[in-house]
This record gives sequence, structure tokens and C-alpha cells, in this order.
Amino acid sequence: MQANLKVKRHNPETMNPGDSNWDEFDLDLHPQSTVLDALIHVREEVDPTLALRCACRASICGSCGMRVNGEAKLVCKTRLAEVVSDDGPVVIEPMGNQPVIKDLVVSLDSFFDKVRQVDAYLQPESEPDSGEFIASNDSMVNLLTAMNCIMCGACVSDCTVLEVDSKFIGPAALAKAWRFVEDPRDDVRSERLRELNEQDGGIWDCTRCFKCVEVCPKDVAPMQRIMELREAAIEDGNRNTPGYRHTNSFSKSVRKHGRLDETRLAVESAGLTNVPRLIDLAEIGLRSVMKGKLPPLRPHKAEGHEKIKSLFDGSEGESG
Amino acid sequence: MQHDIIIIGAGLAGLRAAVEATRLGLDVAVISKVHPVRSHSNAAQGGINAPLTDRGDDWEGHALDTIKGSDYLADQDAVEIMSREAGDAVIELERMGVIFSRGDDGRLGTRRFGGQLVARTFFVGAITGSAILHVLYEQALKHNLNVYEEWFVSDLVIEDGRCVGVVALDIKTGELHTIWSKAVVIASGGAGRVFEPSTNALICTGDGLALAWRAGVPLMDMEMVQYHPTTLARTGILLSEAARGEGAYLLNSEGERFMQTYAPEYLELASRDVVSRSEQTEINEGRGIDGNVLLDLRHLGREFIEDRLGYLQEVAVEFLGIDLAEQPVPVRPGVHYIMGGIKTDVDGATVVPGLYAAGECANVSVHGANRLGANSLLDTVVFGRRAATHAGEFIKSVEHGSGSVEHLEAERTRIQDLLGRPNGEGWATVRNYMAEEMTRGIGVFRDEDSMQGAKRAIAEVEERVPRIAVRDKGKVFNTDLIFTLEMEFMADVAKTIVHSALARKESRGAHFRTDITERDDANWLKHTLAYVDDGQQDGIRVETSDVTITKWEPVQRVY
Repeated sequence: MQANLKVKRHNPETMNPGDSNWDEFDLDLHPQSTVLDALIHVREEVDPTLALRCACRASICGSCGMRVNGEAKLVCKTRLAEVVSDDGPVVIEPMGNQPVIKDLVVSLDSFFDKVRQVDAYLQPESEPDSGEFIASNDSMVNLLTAMNCIMCGACVSDCTVLEVDSKFIGPAALAKAWRFVEDPRDDVRSERLRELNEQDGGIWDCTRCFKCVEVCPKDVAPMQRIMELREAAIEDGNRNTPGYRHTNSFSKSVRKHGRLDETRLAVESAGLTNVPRLIDLAEIGLRSVMKGKLPPLRPHKAEGHEKIKSLFDGSEGESG
Repeated sequence: MQHDIIIIGAGLAGLRAAVEATRLGLDVAVISKVHPVRSHSNAAQGGINAPLTDRGDDWEGHALDTIKGSDYLADQDAVEIMSREAGDAVIELERMGVIFSRGDDGRLGTRRFGGQLVARTFFVGAITGSAILHVLYEQALKHNLNVYEEWFVSDLVIEDGRCVGVVALDIKTGELHTIWSKAVVIASGGAGRVFEPSTNALICTGDGLALAWRAGVPLMDMEMVQYHPTTLARTGILLSEAARGEGAYLLNSEGERFMQTYAPEYLELASRDVVSRSEQTEINEGRGIDGNVLLDLRHLGREFIEDRLGYLQEVAVEFLGIDLAEQPVPVRPGVHYIMGGIKTDVDGATVVPGLYAAGECANVSVHGANRLGANSLLDTVVFGRRAATHAGEFIKSVEHGSGSVEHLEAERTRIQDLLGRPNGEGWATVRNYMAEEMTRGIGVFRDEDSMQGAKRAIAEVEERVPRIAVRDKGKVFNTDLIFTLEMEFMADVAKTIVHSALARKESRGAHFRTDITERDDANWLKHTLAYVDDGQQDGIRVETSDVTITKWEPVQRVY
């Protein structure tokens, strides 16, 4: 098959950080070729200076994460036929949110620092006298979702929070943290949850944009794992956080008024004793007033709010 | 830079060795050309064997299956150690955090694997290698293990006949460094890239094998190259033996379960050499489909396939567009593993003091002429640990090397020369030629003619390698340079394979000669040992040594 590849190049020895240029390659390849096959062909036959990482070619080593047509992919399992179009070339770029070393190779140092940050190893209080830990098969199969993670970095590349806040622990490391929180053999569950709950860049910084779920090549669904961590943290008694207060205020408001009371939400999320944050909010409020954008201080009840309340009651009845 | 112990490679053998050295309180550093979680141990799918005595299995059963699988070429003292230590090794992995599949009683569950009638293979779906590698990496994090990530070892430092460190290239900066240590453990994996196609990752280029060989260590039984029975055509991607372990059939173009003819008792779960030869015979006799046979999982049902063999389904769907629950998948024998390797004793020690080896690059020998499925992971953790323990003992009685810059300068000059070569062919042209010729000459079936053909090809490759031009002249992430250095390693490895194969005048395990079809215990119950020898025309000498037999006398091998 014919394919036109447009590859973003960066040579650290001749360019300033952040600079790049584009090379195009017209290729004729086997119809079942993957994007990785195409790049290997370029490297072996056309331009041996092209730098990329790859190893297993079978979607298990996690080396070949990069952006194809703007989205993070594992290129060994992305077939060329799926990404070529008549509208233009297949655009290959290095992953995002991570500094480029050369061409398609990025530094994963911060990725692995964050894995380290969540104490990513099993911490049992004691070991059985003999043999293995006893645990149900279901509890182990449950962990498979996260153990399928091959640390390719695709989720981190396209995470919309990391784009603006490099302190966010990020989808991959939080999915890894979930794996230990849910492991029945681990004995520091509460400590882990407390830390993930309180820490700057922890579980409450995810904006639920779904990007990591979309781009993960191994169906780890990191965002889902983060939401489960939030629930687990609350259930474990971690309620003194903006995250919990926000969730609580949000649902209280919708339950009562059938709509969101934005002013109250902001104040309650901050916490009534959080003076510095309240001063910040007052400033924001003042600016909003000046521009005529302050939400009503006492919200009107939405039409049919009784029905919404009954939905809340019903769902609580179910889960209870 | 200086450490007590350097470990080359961060797969299962390397990380297991490193964890052990850390526990012993040693200053250990791992050097790996890829990040640890990219290592090829990832690709092991089906499981890890262990006879667990507390649930009725016995180590002798596993040992005998392993020895029979090896076609009696394994050293039985080494197999005994592996089988005896297997149970503890697997339990230890579980305690570190591996999420092995379990039975209803909450204890570890098993599946069946080839060459064994007992189900003693412990597994994590079809991602066992990956699941264990990631847990060993977690342990490395726990112990704050020092890892030189993306550093390429280009030479060993040998002083007064003793290994005292390595010269390595930092791939991210292009700078060469000498790293000194009192002992070096090579755990750099296999050499599948010497062939094409193969199931192996692009990084499996036999670096450690060549490093040891150049240092004067013999490579043992290098003719023993395993063809895995179920690989995908064109790409060579592996479909785990776990499929057959869980009950999949092999069918020919007539729809027959042809293994009934070749292995009436074990059927699809005969040892890998036997199944690969049976498939190739079917294909050669006209009962294949475009050079393949069919692997049929349909009767296992979708739910079972997705629960127990999820990664296989992913591979079949992604790479072939085949749903295993609906359609059989075409497979054929493909290069997968090298039983041969750096000759070590049961403690991982080589003939060079201070130099150890473990894992696929080593040959203890526990796999002999054919490795059983799920014995490779076991080999890595048992002998990785032992190598670290004994290297830890060894270093107590020795001092560090000289600290001289001589080695570094020699290596720097060599690499500068390489970069300075005028235009010529690239490494890939030579690699692809070599690999295709190796697959042609050293196949599932081989004979004097085919092996002589491979020998001529490798002699040609040896002439072409010194003229390879590195076209990337940069320092940072110059993979053109790295691949050229790997090509030099592969040429050495290919030579030892070809010459060892020509030396063995019998058929045994994976080494099946159509011109000498019988096993010859009277003359060939022997290992081949390939040495560097500049006095020989081809620079290589092949000797033999006796196989260690303890209690299992060789008998005819029937499955």
C-alpha cells in the first residue's frame, strides 16, 4: 500500500529545545503494515538518523508510544491502513507532555518519577509462614486491568491536566497506585489513600476528560481507576479535602435545587475555615460582580426539582 | 564510576540478580540498553513451571520432564537444582506481588504446558512475563536500585584474566565511560535477531553472548535454536503455548489433528521441537495452507479465551484481524529461543574469574537440546539469584581493577574509526542478509549442505561487517551506531551457531539433520563448546565435553 508519512524531527545537536522541522516520506508497503513497520522501513532504507524507540513489535514492551495524527498511540499495534487518508499525510510526532530528546524519542524521567512517588510496590505487614498469600481469584483478576499497563506513556502524553499542571501525578501512576490500593495482600491501603487524597497533584486533580481512557492501548482506563480511588478515599474517611467537599456540595445543591449553586459550591469546596482560599474567592467574586457575571447568590429551584430529588433518593436506596 | 557488582541487562534474570545483590547489602548497578520494563522478558506469555511439593507434585517429575525435553543433553545436576528451587522461587514472586491466577481455594492455580502431563505452570493470563517483570521492577524501586538506563555495553574490561568492569556508551549523550566492578553478571537475553523472522524483540541481538565469547568464554550448544510451533507468518509474532495448554488443536489443510500421528499421548503438548517438526512435515508434504497449519481455539469458547488468553486474542485481532472464537489462526514454526549460551557452572560462574551469566544468554545447562515451555522464566529467577549470591561471595576476596584509561581509549578509538568510515552499506542490509541465510541454513530441518551454505554466508557477512558505514554522525541517541555495534555482536553469535551445528554429527532435540536422522548417544552425548581461536582459518574452534548424567539414563524419547 502507498503511504505518505510526515515525521516531526528534532536534532538536539543542531536545534534549540522546542524547535523542529518536518520530513516527508513516500512509502510503498505491505497492506498489513503497521505504522511501526513504516518507521522501521524509513530507518533501515531511507534515513538511518531517524530516532525512535521500539522493541517487541507485539504491543507488550511499551516502547513505541508516539502521536499519530495528533493522538497518542502504540505504533506497533496501529495499522497504517487505519490512519492513512486521502486528505493528507500520516502525521507522526513525539508524545506530548514529555521533553523531546531526539526526533520521536522523549524523556520518560518524570513518568517514572511519578511511579516512584506512589510507592509502587507491595507492602504486606507480614508474610504467611509457608506458601503463598491466600486471596480470591476474582481479587487478582480485578487487578489485571491495571497490570495490563505497559507504561508506554500514551495517557500521560495526552493528559489535559498535565498539559497545564506538571505536578499532577497523572493517569499512569495513579492507575498503578490503584493496583496496590485494591490488592488484598497490601497492608498500607489507608496510608496510600490518605496520601493520594491530600497530596498536591493527587486524585482530585483529574478533570475527567476521558482522554487517557481513549488513548490507552491496553484498556487500563486510568480515569476509571482514579474515580475508584476517589470513592475508596472517601469511604476510608478522607473527607477534609476540597475534592470531597466539592463532590458533596455539588450533589447537595443539585438535590436541593435541581441545579448547581455555583457560589455555594466555590465557598464550600474551599472550606469555611480556609481563609486564604476564601480571600481568593472574594476577589474572583468581586471581579465577577464588576463584569456582571456573578451567579445568583440564592439559586432558583429548577423546574421538576422534586423529581431530581426522588432520583437521588432512589439511587441512594439502591446503593445502600 | 565504580560498583561492587555490575549486571548487564534488566530483564527477569538481571533484575532478580540485582534484587538479590541489594539484599546482600552490595553496591549493585544494572546497565541496560533499554528501560527495565522494555526488556524482552515481557514477551513470555504462558507461565512459569514449578513442582510445588505442598500440593502433591514432586521435583523429580519436573526434572525428568525437563531432561526428556532436553533430549538428554541437559546437565542433570543443574536441572536438579532448578527443579528443587522452583517452588520457593515462584512463591517468592507471588509474595513480591505477582498476581498469579488462583483456584477456588485462593491458592495459586495452574495450567498444562508442553512436554509435561502434570499441570504445574503458574500464570497471569497470557502476560506472565510482563506481570513478573513489572513486579521485579517494583522491587527495584523499593530497593532504590541503581540503573544505568539506555546505556549500551560495548566491551568487557578484562585485566590479568579477570573481569573488572565494562565500557559502556550512554545512548542519550553519546559519551563512553568505564564502569568498574569486582564482578559482572551478564543477563542480556537471547539472540533471535540473528534469524528472520523470529518472535524476538529487535533488542535481542546476542550482545552478552558475543561479549563473553570475545573474552574467551566458550559458548555451549549454540546449534540448539528453538523453533516455536505457533508463530504468525510474516511478522513472526508469538502465540503462546498456553493456547494448546488450555486445549487448542493443531489442524492441517484436511482438518485433521495431525499430532495424533506424531505424538499419540501428548498430542499438541509434545515438546516444542517435536511439534515444530510435525508441522513442518505437514507443510512440506502438502498439507499446509500457504506455509502454515491452523491453530484452532474455537471449541474453548469466547468467554474462556478472553478470560484466560486475553493477550492472544488481542494479538490475533490486532495483527491478523482474526477473532479466535470464530476462526482458526494460521501459524508456523518460528525462531524463538536459544538453548545454547555462555557456559556457566550451576552458580553462574564462567571460566573468566569475576564474570557470571544467567538467563537466556547463559547455558547452565538446563534446557539441553530443547527447552520446555515455561522453563525459561524459571531458569531466569533461579539462576539469576544464584549468580548474584555467588558473585557476592567472589567479590569478598578481590580488589577493584586498575582504574586505567587504556580500555576506554581503545574503545573510543574503535568507535571513532567506525564513525569515520566512508560511505558504504548500512547495517540493516547486512543484518537482513545474514538473518535470512541463517533461517535457511539452520532451520527446523537442516543438513550438511544447508549448514555449509549458512557457513559461507556468515564468512561473507564477516567480510562485510568491517565496511558497514554509520551514516548518523551525531552523539545523541545515535541508533545507527548502536545497531552497527549490535551487528558486530550478531555476526559473532551467528558464526558460533553455524560452526557448532556443523560439528554435531547427529540429530538431537532442536538440531535435526535430515542427513543423519538418529540420536547418537555413543558418540554425541556431549556438549559443543565454541571458542575464539585466531589460529584457525575462521577464527573459531569447536570442542566437546561430556554431559552430566546423575540418575536418569538416556532412553528413547517418545511423546
